[in-house]
Amino acid sequence: MAMHDIQVTVNGAPYDAQVESRLLLVHLLRDQLRLTGTHIGCDTTHCGACTVLLDGQPVKSCTVLAVQANGRQISTVEGLEKEGKLHPLQEGFWEKHGLQCGYCTPGMLMTTCALLEKNKNPSEADIREAISGNLCRCTGYNNIVKAVQFAAERLRKEA
Amino acid sequence: MIPASFDYHAPGTLPEALALLSKYGDDAKVLSGGQSLLPLLKLRLGQTGHLIDIGRIPGLEYIREEGGLLRIGGRTRESALEGSEVIRSRYPILHDTAKVIADPLVRNMATLGGNLAHGDPGNDHPATMLALGAQVVATGPKGERVIPIEQFFLGLFRTALRPDEVLTEIRIPVPPARSGGAYLKLERKVGDYATAAAAAQVTLGSGGAIERVGLALTNVGPTPVKAVDAEKFLVGKKPDAATLGEAAQRAAKAASPSADRRGSVEYKREMARVLATRALKLAVERAGGR
Amino acid sequence: MQPRTSPEVGGMGHSMKRKEDPRFIRGKGNYVDDIVLPGMLWMDIVRSPFAHAKIKSINTEKALKVPGVLAVITGETLAKYNLHWMPTLMSDTQMVLPTEKVMYQAQEVAAVIATSRYAAADGVDAVEVDYDPLPVVVDPFKALEPNAPILRTDKKDKKDNRIFHWEAGDRAATDKAFAEADVTVKQALYIPRIHVASIETCGCIADFDRVNGKLTVYMTTQAPHAIRTVFALVAGHVGLSEERIRIVSPDIGGGFGGKVPVYPGYVIATAASVVIGKPVKWIEDRMENLQADSFARDYHITAELAARKDGTITALRMKTLADHGYTDAAANPSKFPAGLFSICTGSYDVSKAFVEVDGVYTNKPPGGVAYRCSFRVTEAIHAIERITDVLAQELKMDPAELRMKNFIPKEKFPYKSALGWEYDSGDYEPALRLAMDKIGYAALRKEQAEKRARGELMGIGISSFTEILGAGPSKHFDILGIKMFDSCELRIHPTGKAIARFGTKSQGQGHETTYAQIIAEELGIPASVVQVEEGDTDTAPYGLGTYASRSTPTAGAAGAMAARKIREKAKKIAAYLLEVSEDDLVWEPGKFSVKGAPSRSKTI
Repeated sequence: MAMHDIQVTVNGAPYDAQVESRLLLVHLLRDQLRLTGTHIGCDTTHCGACTVLLDGQPVKSCTVLAVQANGRQISTVEGLEKEGKLHPLQEGFWEKHGLQCGYCTPGMLMTTCALLEKNKNPSEADIREAISGNLCRCTGYNNIVKAVQFAAERLRKEA
Repeated sequence: MIPASFDYHAPGTLPEALALLSKYGDDAKVLSGGQSLLPLLKLRLGQTGHLIDIGRIPGLEYIREEGGLLRIGGRTRESALEGSEVIRSRYPILHDTAKVIADPLVRNMATLGGNLAHGDPGNDHPATMLALGAQVVATGPKGERVIPIEQFFLGLFRTALRPDEVLTEIRIPVPPARSGGAYLKLERKVGDYATAAAAAQVTLGSGGAIERVGLALTNVGPTPVKAVDAEKFLVGKKPDAATLGEAAQRAAKAASPSADRRGSVEYKREMARVLATRALKLAVERAGGR
Repeated sequence: MQPRTSPEVGGMGHSMKRKEDPRFIRGKGNYVDDIVLPGMLWMDIVRSPFAHAKIKSINTEKALKVPGVLAVITGETLAKYNLHWMPTLMSDTQMVLPTEKVMYQAQEVAAVIATSRYAAADGVDAVEVDYDPLPVVVDPFKALEPNAPILRTDKKDKKDNRIFHWEAGDRAATDKAFAEADVTVKQALYIPRIHVASIETCGCIADFDRVNGKLTVYMTTQAPHAIRTVFALVAGHVGLSEERIRIVSPDIGGGFGGKVPVYPGYVIATAASVVIGKPVKWIEDRMENLQADSFARDYHITAELAARKDGTITALRMKTLADHGYTDAAANPSKFPAGLFSICTGSYDVSKAFVEVDGVYTNKPPGGVAYRCSFRVTEAIHAIERITDVLAQELKMDPAELRMKNFIPKEKFPYKSALGWEYDSGDYEPALRLAMDKIGYAALRKEQAEKRARGELMGIGISSFTEILGAGPSKHFDILGIKMFDSCELRIHPTGKAIARFGTKSQGQGHETTYAQIIAEELGIPASVVQVEEGDTDTAPYGLGTYASRSTPTAGAAGAMAARKIREKAKKIAAYLLEVSEDDLVWEPGKFSVKGAPSRSKTI
């Protein structure tokens, strides 16, 4: 079975890897690069626990092949905190009790990170639409919305 | 969750891709956005020896109007369709459709070409393209072939695309003035396939009668259903409630849904009727009718 | 009510950011699939497409040729060690791997051990199983018909598909009350089988250390100690003794009851690790989780109320058919095979009641977990609230008025229900009135009437639930004979900080914060410096885990009691240091001071 040499940049750092064609991006990140913050929650591209940014766009990494990410930029939850300073979204989720078991949280953070890049002042409907591909079984979503609103306001203040 | 093994190729040009497809024939599949194909492979519902990734070939993602046609590159992302001002303002039926495909994350990868080429009657674009009277451009080793959309969907997961062809462009005739369209989908939840959906594209004449209409249904048969009888019925008539209602009845008759967890045959047929009525009404409103 | 501690201490009543969140928001949680051990192998499971079928043969030849596949384990393999069947938490038996037949669709049939996740999946694809389909029973009513196929052919002398018959209350008195009633109503209710679907599926890493004879299993479990004891009971005969078993429940991505049962996957992975001598990881995928893991609900209830013309309820009668799948693998206290269903008199003063539940076998996955509730209370409360509404409709009475007419009145507490539960206190009517005021009930009814006149339907739902949780007092509650207590072990460090370990296991409930706040309340030590740990059976004191809303009443209370013991001890020391008798000391959170001389004090 042919192996492919690929290079990906994850959270700004370059990684070389040798992968099978069929290796899913989520497994490259979790098993080979040991970035286990990105999670797996389903087999049918529904739950969004695996969400990462691929060249800035949030995608479900369980439905992307590692080889498709060759030469591209990936951002995972581990890259949100910069030099010991939490991203306002991380602050928001903590402040507004936007998580319980924490399993969907990395996916929620990456999706909403991309949202706030695009839309500095999202309405509640915008937020709910943006996270409609991310499932949570614990919180009922309301505090997640509040967390994002908190972060949006913090980012607007900092701007 | 884990696909069976396959080989992967990432050609940098279309001729390279076509050469690979010719070489491997039935044992190869085109990888576009992968949001229909990869889930299938992960569940091992299908298998292939070779994936030919067309994602590295430049020039396949574009949205432009020229020569009386809206031309969309086969690899154009659903999120690009959703975000396109041209499409939102002048092809609302297409904007409606892109918005209800899967979820926002999937739409960042999923492509229009893939949505059509996959041949899944559950996909949303087929009905919309039927309503718009689109054309599919298939590029093969001998060059381009333009396939009218009515001839494109042959059966469950079967389209008129040959194994050595790539769907490179979709062409939609620029609608004349007093045109409007709508796509309405009933789904159990975000990301679901349609329980039923209806695509309607209407052009009104100066007197207010329907000059041209396209009406098609999603996921109520082994292929997308073009409601030919309903369309014939509507041409030349004023789009009042009774007329639209009768047309929707005819459209529902043309459906042959299968019973599943989304509903019984009767329920799906009825939902198709209701959605067809509403889609026609909305299309007429957007066309400048009442 | 004002908090008794300062915000810096953060005792009860203070809102604080959760102490566990820093790792989750950084993606640094430690879930089972995040853990990697040296030499670790992967396991994946072959599952039956049939709900009921004889296994004619299992051909592993092709699978063993798949690169990376090391072994295929079948029921025959486990039978050699008498591990192919194991007890359930309800003292029934379940298959780990079958030797004769499968009894539910997606049942485990064989397990592939390989050097990688992907190779294991390929191995599963290559195992060839030849089945002989048998008649399938999925209708629990049909399962009880006289000529229904007997499913549990493994139980000698079993002549039917009935698991248990359980009843509570006074049948004769209740029947009499129904016969004499002005009004009776009856409603059949089906609460379908549902699935907990936590975003993290189940899994484990079983690691048997041959040198020390010690088994460590990292597991998605809500009840690590109970699992350890069950493992010792199941595998004691092959040398796994309880003091040599360690269950570690790390971070859990949601439990909801679905991570209480002992799934065959855990046992197979353990057997594989013991035989091979390497760690074996098994993580189920979502399809497996949805098809094979324990369900919740699946109760067919016939609910009846008897009442006087004026709406006073005189009797309650409920008959339930409980569809348990092919074995009773519920997670209920042993005295209560139908859980706490007898709470179904709810908030009402019902003088005569009778409830009976029949459990039945069908060709479905086993279970019956307490999904997001205490044991079977959702079923019970749904039934009583629904039948109460039916009675209101029958009497053309407002459902809120009907409820208030029948609430247990304040004067009757402590109240013993006709089904045997003692309610210690309550004042229900003001609670409902407050809710009605806040929502503008009268205005909503008016709006509803106006809409109905136009042909528009608008519903107004009321539910008043009094349920029983916090299992539980040893008199009534045990799992497999282990009483349902819980524990806290609290240690104060020389620098005045603390570590508290508990027998429960959070799957998102926030114990690391909540328990710290309880201890902060009792001792005045800031919650921020009370380290809370759960989940490792080597270090945590014995407990029955977290489910059925039990943790705070049991383990939380244990934490408070442990803290009070420490406070008593501290009082002795403070008295000694201050050279006064203990009676001369006054306590405020964090400090003992001398009565009348407050400047003479010792902080905790």
